[in-house]
Amino acid sequence: MRNIWTICRRELYAYFVSPIAWVLLTIFAFLSGVFTYIISASFVRYSLEGQMSGQSMPMNLNEQIIAPLFSNISVVGLFLIPLISMRLFAEEKRQGTIELLATSPVHDLEIIIGKWLSAVIMYAALLAVLACDISFLFAYGNPDWAPVATGYLGIVLQGACLLAFGTFISTLTKNQIVAGAVGFALALILWILNWTTSFGNSTVVQVLNYLSIVSHMDTFTRGVIDSKDIVYYLSMIFLGLFLTARSLESLRWRA
Amino acid sequence: MIQVEGLSKRYARHVAVNNISFAVDKGDIVGFLGPNGAGKTTTMRILTCFMPPTTGSAKVAGFDVFEQPFEVKKRIGYLPEAPPLYPEMSVRDYLTFVARLKNLPAGEIGKRADQVMQRCAVDDVKDRLISKLSRGYRQRVGLAQAIIHNPDVLILDEPTSGLDPKQINETRELIKSLAGEHTIILSTHILPEVESVCEKVIIIDKGRLVATDSVENLKQRGSVGLAIQVQIETGDNSDALAVRQRLEQVPGVSKVLDRIVSGPRFVYEIESLQGHNPRPDVARAIVNAGWNLLELKSTTHTLEEIFLELTASNVAQEPVPVAGGVQ
Repeated sequence: MRNIWTICRRELYAYFVSPIAWVLLTIFAFLSGVFTYIISASFVRYSLEGQMSGQSMPMNLNEQIIAPLFSNISVVGLFLIPLISMRLFAEEKRQGTIELLATSPVHDLEIIIGKWLSAVIMYAALLAVLACDISFLFAYGNPDWAPVATGYLGIVLQGACLLAFGTFISTLTKNQIVAGAVGFALALILWILNWTTSFGNSTVVQVLNYLSIVSHMDTFTRGVIDSKDIVYYLSMIFLGLFLTARSLESLRWRA
Repeated sequence: MIQVEGLSKRYARHVAVNNISFAVDKGDIVGFLGPNGAGKTTTMRILTCFMPPTTGSAKVAGFDVFEQPFEVKKRIGYLPEAPPLYPEMSVRDYLTFVARLKNLPAGEIGKRADQVMQRCAVDDVKDRLISKLSRGYRQRVGLAQAIIHNPDVLILDEPTSGLDPKQINETRELIKSLAGEHTIILSTHILPEVESVCEKVIIIDKGRLVATDSVENLKQRGSVGLAIQVQIETGDNSDALAVRQRLEQVPGVSKVLDRIVSGPRFVYEIESLQGHNPRPDVARAIVNAGWNLLELKSTTHTLEEIFLELTASNVAQEPVPVAGGVQ
């Protein structure tokens, strides 16, 4: 436990003393701000149009702003997450510091979980920026807080899952760019798997849709915690970290 | 402290370490000598549990590197060829991190970091980022990292490579000062380093053990006897050939080599038969011939020569079998 925290702390240090964290935070702050603005603006226009035409339309902050905001942000996450995870092991391998970790009295699993956890915390720090945007909705409106909380849970779980795979990919190379590119490709594939739903409703399509990482987000943004989705994310995290452990071990035999 | 038995490491295409065995006693400083690519780093990586051996066993402080890597790792300090440093950290933060990683009790970490920084003469840069340090400082931070948990065994992979002569000296002094407390294995391909720092030498070449002995024994061990250098002034008109023939007749002399054979002064190198000391006879012969003996000195074999001799004869034996037996 203590070792996990030791590793995690150093990784966070590395994120925040290097430009990575600050560049990502800036990009994320900009994008989430733009999304919040666009979605809120269309919400306001929609409600104005409704008032002017004299029809009363059902308006809901949660459904019309927060839910689409979360699904947009989850897509932004797909792009940013490989940038967070790509350095985790690739950098250690390039710098040779992997030799320090591998010859210290620390279990591989502690190293892996420590590093993955730091990446999750880094991603959560990005999401904290989004909370600033959402706080405006609370200041000027009266949204329901529960879907916001579940939306956060969903988006963090989705991120943790992609970061677990990113960690695995990072063990495969000492080149961060390669790790980032492969991680991005994988995130993209996991995302577009649910596009297959437009091809009907066969078993294959259902399986692919289940595997898709974004199809599990919708329930969370609607304020529902479905155990099926929790199981999906947790098992994907487990799979990613398990592959990382195998990869690290095989590295020793091959190195 | 360290026992290595029948250790081999095979890769897909070649054999990096081939059936080597040696032992290192507590408190020894051992030089691990061999040309580049001889298998030094591989052996060290096996000893530090970075990678498992293909066959054979290695024990550090009584613990097997494969069976109980955790116990071994606790007792070992390792400085790889490239010091494992995080460039974005300051020296102090880095050493604190390593101390935590090595499971030092939280209360001792600060104190211990200060101690090793002083010991390795890096306390004047403790707040600088590692990325801003010179090569010499980095190497010393690497060394500080290796000793921070006061390990029984120190394994240093080419600790002086890439340093300037002054830094090399400082690093050697530092390593020597660490003797006593730790058992040290250091690899190098620089012979004077072994002569100046180590008591024992393990020579490997192409993955094979060539020799393991004390530096003193090894120096005396050349397959030939003594080497003597003489400088002679003839005065008369004797030519070089005559002088050489005269020297060759001295009992116990096996070979006379011309060094400088022009002008009135001649310099020869004489090799004796093993177990003979022909120096008095050589001197007498020269004086009796009416020549002036200007200089007579024995030149011991340098480790360099012994090394070349040992590694060359190894080549002459048989080629290292190439991973024929991938089971």
